[in-house]
Amino acid sequence: MTDRSAPSPASHRTPAARPAASVPGGGPGRRRVLPYLLVLPGVAWLVLFFGLPLVQLAAASLYDPTGSLSTGYVFAWAFGNYPDALATYWPHLARSFGYAGLALLLALALGCPLAYAIALRAGRWRNLLLVCVVAPMFTSFLVRTLAWKTILSDQGWLVGLLRDVHLLAPDGRLLATPFAVVLGLTYNFLPLLVLPLYASLERLDRRVLEAATDLYADPLRTFLTVTLPLAKPGLVAGVLLFFIPASGDYINAELLGSPNEYMVGNVIDSAFLVRLDHPQGAALSFLLMAAVLGLVVTLLRHTRGEGSPALDGGAR
Amino acid sequence: MRPAAGPATPAPRSAPLSGRVARWLVDRWVVGVALLVLGYLLLPIAVVAALSFNQPTNRLSYDFHRFTLDNWANPCATRDMCDAVVRSVQVGFLATLVATVLGTMMAYALTRHRFRGRSGIGLLVLLPMATPELVLGTSLLALFVAAGAPQGFWTVVVAHVMFCLSFVVVTVRARLAGMDRRLEEAAMDLYATEWQAFRRVTLPLLLPGIAAAALLAFSLSFDDFIVTNFNAGTTVTFPMYVWGAAQRGIPPQVNVVGTAMFALALLLVALTSLPRRPSRPHR
Repeated sequence: MTDRSAPSPASHRTPAARPAASVPGGGPGRRRVLPYLLVLPGVAWLVLFFGLPLVQLAAASLYDPTGSLSTGYVFAWAFGNYPDALATYWPHLARSFGYAGLALLLALALGCPLAYAIALRAGRWRNLLLVCVVAPMFTSFLVRTLAWKTILSDQGWLVGLLRDVHLLAPDGRLLATPFAVVLGLTYNFLPLLVLPLYASLERLDRRVLEAATDLYADPLRTFLTVTLPLAKPGLVAGVLLFFIPASGDYINAELLGSPNEYMVGNVIDSAFLVRLDHPQGAALSFLLMAAVLGLVVTLLRHTRGEGSPALDGGAR
Repeated sequence: MRPAAGPATPAPRSAPLSGRVARWLVDRWVVGVALLVLGYLLLPIAVVAALSFNQPTNRLSYDFHRFTLDNWANPCATRDMCDAVVRSVQVGFLATLVATVLGTMMAYALTRHRFRGRSGIGLLVLLPMATPELVLGTSLLALFVAAGAPQGFWTVVVAHVMFCLSFVVVTVRARLAGMDRRLEEAAMDLYATEWQAFRRVTLPLLLPGIAAAALLAFSLSFDDFIVTNFNAGTTVTFPMYVWGAAQRGIPPQVNVVGTAMFALALLLVALTSLPRRPSRPHR
């Protein structure tokens, strides 16, 4: 199935060379309107329920903080909400990026060998192994995180084993520690890092690697100078797909951590749903988004021109 | 395919011995680490499956106490949980339907037509995927509060359509971009209207891509917690139920649902991956 879907001759772009375009019922006038009609409902949905809400969130972050949900909020250009929120909750924001960053490093250490082994060493087991990689996504996010709670619990076999070999103090625990939260984050988002990385490794031409070996490069040098640069687009896509949800996650911190491990998501959740302090929740949301967006732009700018497969969709 | 080794290299097929040893070690090491990582990925699933056959001593206990089939025999022993699963299926079905139709239309226009604003719309579609889910959730909450819209079932559906839409467009677009465009052009050269060409040629070829997009949308919707949590009001979906129950101790039937989902997804993958081999222009 080497379907070489070659770009068709440029003729189809010029209506004159294309009789079908002027067939009755499909006149040139209609053809110009058609794409707009097709994208209109989807664009309207995104503008109404993605764009407009962001504007509203921005407005909410500038509400007068003395208002409340019951008495009504007043829009007041209250930029002070941002430094106020930052002053109180900077540890949570720092923890979000700290834990997500640690989880990312761990995920890279685990995911790179995995993607490499599946792409270049798995042979006929490749598809089965790929299914194993996405298997965690097949069960519910919350259910599999609760399974970690079981595994890491104080009465569990893992804690017992670690205490027996003195890797853990007799009263030491795994649950409600930063370690548990980072482990959970790594676990839950690892497939998102491995898949794009695998895709770009699988696509690379093995003969290039053989050439490096034939030219007396040792494995490390081959990896650093040939494999890694060729896999970079997949690596960047994987890092983004991992880091964006990991830094905004608060399920792992809630289920596997304690209030000492709470991330910015936990604070935002309680600001909107428990404490009903909308201006503060909105300001923190924007701080999170700005930080994430900054990261995305920086990473993509560094790899511009190489095209990251996950983020530019099928635009080939 | 052997590289042309000049007369200066007496051993044409081998790197130095130290290099070969290093390569052998690296290979074993990589495969070993990969298997350990796979174990890490599969361990919680095994725990969920095991706990679905567990008869717990009390609600807060997660230890494996005694083997039983009761949980599978009575999945609805906890009424609330079953209601939540049904609610999630309803939301997932509606969100998938709307997102798949709108997303397919967009993907078709974006790949098969050139028009002003095309690249801008392509970017707009990708933005929700680059936005933290938390922000998608809180911003919709802010909108619904400002508009005075009561939160509940329908606000959840609206939110789910929004984030599923991007994934549908990307999935269908990838399929369309890999399809042979000349087939559609041939149909139109034979005086098919664009609609006829789409209906008779494009759509049948595109169907696997649309099905994949719909499955992806459903699984995203069914499993979503963060966006739902901010917009559900008092509506309880399955993830919302698990979240609430996690504080009081979860019934073992939650693990039954988790295991059943896993089995179902595995079955779907097995069924769909047998005949399919995506065309890849690189080989």
